[in-house]
Amino acid sequence: MSRIAETFKNLAAQGRKALIPFVTAGDPSPAVTVPLMHAMVEAGVDLIELGVPFSDPMADGPVIQLACERALAAGTSLSVVFDIVREFRTRNATTPVVLMGYLNPVEAMGYEAFAERAAAAGVDGVLLVDLPPEESEPVADIFRSHGVDQVFLIAPTTTEARMARIAAAGSGFLYYVSLKGVTGAATLDTEEVRAKVETIRKHAQLPIGVGFGIKDAESARAVSRVADAVVVGSALVQRVADNASQPDNIPTQVAQVLSEMRAAMDESD
Amino acid sequence: MSDRPDYAAFPDARGHFGAFGGRFVSETLMAALEDLEQTYRALRDDPAFWAEFDQDLAQYVGRPSPLYLAERWSRELGGAQVFFKREDLNHTGSHKVNNTIGQALLAKRMGKRRIIAETGAGQHGVATATVAARLGLECQVYMGAEDVARQKLNVYRMHLLGAEVIPVHAGSATLKDAMNEAMRDWVTNVDRTFYIIGTVAGPHPYPMMVRDFQRVIGREARAQHLAQTGKLPDALVACVGGGSNAIGLFHPFLDDDGVAMYGVEAGGHGIDTGRHAAPIAAGRPGVLHGNRTFLMETDDGQIIETHSVSAGLDYPGVGPEHAWLSSVGRAQYVNITDDEALAAFRELTLVEGIMPALESSHAVAYAKKLAPTLSPEQSIIVNLSGRGDKDIHTVAAIDGIEF
Repeated sequence: MSRIAETFKNLAAQGRKALIPFVTAGDPSPAVTVPLMHAMVEAGVDLIELGVPFSDPMADGPVIQLACERALAAGTSLSVVFDIVREFRTRNATTPVVLMGYLNPVEAMGYEAFAERAAAAGVDGVLLVDLPPEESEPVADIFRSHGVDQVFLIAPTTTEARMARIAAAGSGFLYYVSLKGVTGAATLDTEEVRAKVETIRKHAQLPIGVGFGIKDAESARAVSRVADAVVVGSALVQRVADNASQPDNIPTQVAQVLSEMRAAMDESD
Repeated sequence: MSDRPDYAAFPDARGHFGAFGGRFVSETLMAALEDLEQTYRALRDDPAFWAEFDQDLAQYVGRPSPLYLAERWSRELGGAQVFFKREDLNHTGSHKVNNTIGQALLAKRMGKRRIIAETGAGQHGVATATVAARLGLECQVYMGAEDVARQKLNVYRMHLLGAEVIPVHAGSATLKDAMNEAMRDWVTNVDRTFYIIGTVAGPHPYPMMVRDFQRVIGREARAQHLAQTGKLPDALVACVGGGSNAIGLFHPFLDDDGVAMYGVEAGGHGIDTGRHAAPIAAGRPGVLHGNRTFLMETDDGQIIETHSVSAGLDYPGVGPEHAWLSSVGRAQYVNITDDEALAAFRELTLVEGIMPALESSHAVAYAKKLAPTLSPEQSIIVNLSGRGDKDIHTVAAIDGIEF
């Protein structure tokens, strides 16, 4: 069983929901990311999404675009991201790590080399924003043979027919993007999310994470009531940005936001 | 049996031109693209749709545009007869209007009341703002901040047409960043918004659709050349940024084996300087803006900032059909430097009284090299994709003149 499946199984047995933070690897510099990952685990997260910086993050808003620019300026390549995960793994063998990013850096490395190096570094899954299931057929076998899960997005605009197709292609978990729009935009409607997650469940056996628009403990708690996992990104990346000039503060600052979310999610109703 | 590809069969059902093209976008856009593709595929076989398109082109755009034999310049060059396809004479001053008319008709049929676009030199922005004004639609145009500065005339023109121009400061503040921002807008407002992409790039069905709308250039040019000379031309020359004017000219000639095709990329300061916008000459395959094509990128797959004196060619990618035509050897892709393009701009203005856009000047400059290698019995069609009025500030600044 993959580290991701194992994690969701254990959480389900405890009746708890996964808290998944997203941070951009190498933001504001590669040295910050490993201590930040450990601090997030101590704050109670269950799986870490690491953004692979890209020069043209079209599906992301300004907060994550600026994070990409900081990380790239600090020399964060895909190889550096693998180094980060490898170093994290020397002290943590259990928390799954999913790389999230755009296709082109992966294509530049080559799919086979990417999958092999990702698996060797201790990466558990990959979410490529601009690689839909239709285009991923040639690479699905490569990822599978290296034990790398392929996480796919489902959007509010996704038809039911597509949901089934995406669920069949994906592994690890499914990520429901709860808003139209780019990361960091607007606020979410929990009732609408609940209805959509129920629809997705009709087509999918995989755990369902919900992200986009989760800003604070209250929204994390609300989403944890309807989904298997709560994904929080821009709110954390904004904390990183706010502390970019004092990077030593970043792990504590981000962990604080996550501790509050964790506590809110674990409260009994 | 010929081993020549059946060019008309491309792209395939999934939008692929061989290894290029496709639909590489975030899930949020998939439904909108499927919807657009279905609508377009249905209308593609609907004569009433094309009749409306053709009527707009004739009565609003002013088509057909002339095919003009540049006798004096041809004589000076001492080789092939050079013909200009005068897309600069279209309403709004470039070939861009052909495509915006087509996509605006689609927007109307799909009931979308808001139009967004990206623009580099502003020609596509002006064409989009124009059709939006005509149809009474809300219109916002994304434009790199650097291009806003170098294309003030077109920015003001868009304002007068009632469009809002949104400067994009991210990245290199040029065309690719404007396209990123337009895609973000589309993801956010996908229900009520139609995104008019200005070139033969982007996710399927855009490269196919824009090509279909621009094919009018090549269809007319082919018939006009036959009527004027009794034969087909020996070569076609067109500039290539994304490549919509080039594909429009080339496509109706693809099965004519004797017609050579030259796409002219922006060589900027020279290919060896790295300061250019020539992805076929110096890039490699990758994925950006929803399609797989030749890109200018680092070894790590990060997109490189490009340079061209012409804002409309200042783009790190190229339409996927061009990437494919290059890979199968049907069209040749060459490049022309900023200095060569500027010299061609001045020369054509002086010799023929035609002031070409700096984009089109790249094609003119290549024709100047090509014509002397051919005989006076041979002919070349150069696509004059747009007029140079918008570039007067750029050229004047180089001459040290302020208005």
